[in-house]
Amino acid sequence: MHEIGIANSIIEAGQTEAARVAGSKLVRVGIRIGALAGVDCDALRFALTALTQGTELDDVDFEIQSCPRRNRCLDCDEVFVTALYSDPCSRCGSETSVLVGGEELDLAYVEVEEP
Amino acid sequence: MTVIPVEKKVLSENQRIAASLRDRFEDHGTLCLNLISSPGSGKTTLLEQTLGGFRPEERVAVLTGDLQTENDAKRLARYGFPVQQITTGGVCHLDGKMIERALERWSLDAIDLLFIENVGNLVCPSSYDLGEEAKIVLLSVTEGEDKPLKYPSIFAKSELLVLTKVDLLPHVPFKMEEARANARLVHPGIEILELSCATGQGLEEWRTCLSRRRETALQRICAARA
Repeated sequence: MHEIGIANSIIEAGQTEAARVAGSKLVRVGIRIGALAGVDCDALRFALTALTQGTELDDVDFEIQSCPRRNRCLDCDEVFVTALYSDPCSRCGSETSVLVGGEELDLAYVEVEEP
Repeated sequence: MTVIPVEKKVLSENQRIAASLRDRFEDHGTLCLNLISSPGSGKTTLLEQTLGGFRPEERVAVLTGDLQTENDAKRLARYGFPVQQITTGGVCHLDGKMIERALERWSLDAIDLLFIENVGNLVCPSSYDLGEEAKIVLLSVTEGEDKPLKYPSIFAKSELLVLTKVDLLPHVPFKMEEARANARLVHPGIEILELSCATGQGLEEWRTCLSRRRETALQRICAARA
């Protein structure tokens, strides 16, 4: 249910960014969601639709890009995609790595139609 | 059509508030700890035991979050330290603004150790930074040893895992070693404590752990000021 709150933040932030181009119409919002962000992408999609349906934002396309968890190997520096918990390094097999990506909850871009 | 790159955190407003809370905690030398777990795993009971162990002159306070009722605040207020209930209505987590609003009623000058008891939920609270020094996750032995794998985010972000209700181990099929291994898979560096508020097992280690965290935080603050 907290996806509703996050969807609200996305909509508000999208509108704020679009408003920087005076008179423009918001058509697309790009969002990045990491595997560790604690956000269910389907629930977020549902929330975005529910909140915009029947409003002036009805046609806005929300593009959600999911980002996997990435670790950086402490032995060989390789950055590799792992399951939700750590896998061994995909290059050297080392089991010591640190989290470097997967917590994204980012507004990547907005696309607007200019007047 | 024009694409405008934004590259901002969706929760950037919360991040901003959390950063300002963190600065305030640092300025006042207040150690803030955020306790997170599923409902019923024993956050309030652990806090009761913790408050009961402090001397009256110690400067401890608790903010406790729930969807409804002031029950936890009433339980915790009996120990004589400042307690405030944050009733979220329907919201499943505490956010920075709620903490900021609650702190308007207190002076951080009078608080050395602030506990935040988050809403009982292993998912949503992990997304919201409250400016705390550390998140602490509780997992009771009645819940299942695979919780760290099912809800990895909060275990990955917590510095300490407290395994609670260990006095019930003889009666439940909880595999302690598996629970520890699962937590370490998700977060290799996580510190793990086992305790029971019913028997008092582990409470001494918990208290030591709190004093150590407070000392480390103070040393860091002093070093930053010097």
